[in-house]
Amino acid sequence: MWRNSAGRVICVQRCDMAVVGGGPAGLASVIKAAELGVERIMLLERDEFLGGQLVKQTHKFFGARDEYAGMRGIEIAEHFQERIDELSAIEVKKGAVAQGFYEDDVLGYTHQGRFKKLDPERLLLATGASEKMLTFANNDLPGVYGAGAVQTLMNQYGIIPGEKVLMIGGGNIGLIVAYQLLQADVGVAGVVEAESGIGGYSVHATKIRRCGIPLYTEHTIIRAEGEEEVEGAVIQKLDDDWQPVEGAEKRLDVDTICLAVGLAPIVDLAIQAGCEMAYIPEFGGDVPWRDEDMRTSHEAVFVAGDAAGVEEATAAILEGELAACAMARDLLGEKSEIMEEKTRARDKLNVLREGPVGDEIRSGLERMRRDIDAGEDRYSHQSRA
Amino acid sequence: MLERTGIPTRAELEEILPDEKRLEEGPVAIFECFREIPCDPCYYSCPVGAVKEFSDLNDLPEIDYDKCTGCGQCIAGCPGLAVFVIDYTYSEDRGLIGLPYEFTPLPREGEMVMALDRSGEEIEKAEVIRVRQNRKQSNTPVVWLALSKENLISVRHFHRMEAGDSDEE
Repeated sequence: MWRNSAGRVICVQRCDMAVVGGGPAGLASVIKAAELGVERIMLLERDEFLGGQLVKQTHKFFGARDEYAGMRGIEIAEHFQERIDELSAIEVKKGAVAQGFYEDDVLGYTHQGRFKKLDPERLLLATGASEKMLTFANNDLPGVYGAGAVQTLMNQYGIIPGEKVLMIGGGNIGLIVAYQLLQADVGVAGVVEAESGIGGYSVHATKIRRCGIPLYTEHTIIRAEGEEEVEGAVIQKLDDDWQPVEGAEKRLDVDTICLAVGLAPIVDLAIQAGCEMAYIPEFGGDVPWRDEDMRTSHEAVFVAGDAAGVEEATAAILEGELAACAMARDLLGEKSEIMEEKTRARDKLNVLREGPVGDEIRSGLERMRRDIDAGEDRYSHQSRA
Repeated sequence: MLERTGIPTRAELEEILPDEKRLEEGPVAIFECFREIPCDPCYYSCPVGAVKEFSDLNDLPEIDYDKCTGCGQCIAGCPGLAVFVIDYTYSEDRGLIGLPYEFTPLPREGEMVMALDRSGEEIEKAEVIRVRQNRKQSNTPVVWLALSKENLISVRHFHRMEAGDSDEE
């Protein structure tokens, strides 16, 4: 029985496992947990649909065939939704926004206009990431978008963001969204990347180059032009020290500037839960420290997907499964099926990260181990026992 | 450099092209996959076992050109849209290229389109010979174009021409 300070009974729903976030990590985790026999699973999703960023991904995924390679993100989201419908242990709450995680390990969320409380035995934070902003003159003009917003408008609602777009950022998101814009018959003036080469997969770059879209490597945007809305963009060449080369300005006639300059993990709930945090630039910023099973420093709290470190959807799926296995072991004991599935998920993650494109993630994991061995907690400033 | 320009260098291309003898024998797949990424659908897409099984998911694909029949299944299977089939034996004066095309509307068979190279430069007008789309949604449409043989190595895309342009039809 829970009572507030006035002595009134508070209704708190108990469950075995709660997951915040219905993107690839959260969906994969509830499915895996239910398959392993976990009961009373609650999935909270802020949106009115499941899938997270998957529903905007019209391109085919890379990875291993066993992990949905060759399928488009939207198809993977549908596949997960169908599987969840078959599993009665999973209760899905759409339009449910997590609000806070409190000292007595109660998760508060709002749903249908009401504040509700949940007391899960195990909690997975699969809250994803948010887009980073870039500083340049007039970056608050209407017509400056994040790449996620462009994808939401275009791929979910069928609304084009403008007639001619300048893409800022040559990572996978910038390259993929530039291609999606072309597919939607929107003009793309170019892709601007400050580094000497694109950071995304080269196959994504060759796709837009053969459509005649220029790559402005070693360039940055210095200002947006326009009074009421974006009417143009000025880019400038950068020298080897990342300083603007004088006179090397170029004005591009665009009505939309799309920013794809990186993501930062959404970690508010982890901080509130008192999880030890680590600053890992390779992961996009502050992330909760976690062990090999995705467990944070809080025994009942796990993390997976971009909230654990910005990577990509296949890794998020495998991290969600890994966390589900570890939570299932906590709840159901060391059954052989659970332990086998856990090993399988971890092995597949390792294989995925083994090659050159996994360099950053491996370096981030290494830094996390090193910092934890050496450091103190970034927020509480208490040394780690 | 591919990362700087988005276009493979001549040396990178020579690395992945089958030898001249094989090119002259008939249709063959060209895998323009230059960087190791974790990916293996091409192995599963090949019906004749010409793509070697991946011992490491991050390896570049290895093709047995003696087995490859140029059927084009891998064009639709590659998530990176990086596989093409070229055929120097299509006719006396023209060759055939199969390429992935994820734009709508799809061209009609017999339509004249503008063939583009790896930087989007217009190369020549080409005739659409076949358009194939597997029923599975994830499979990329494959468009087969007939064009002059000397351009088979450079053409990798096309755009449909304005209505007024296609009077050759």
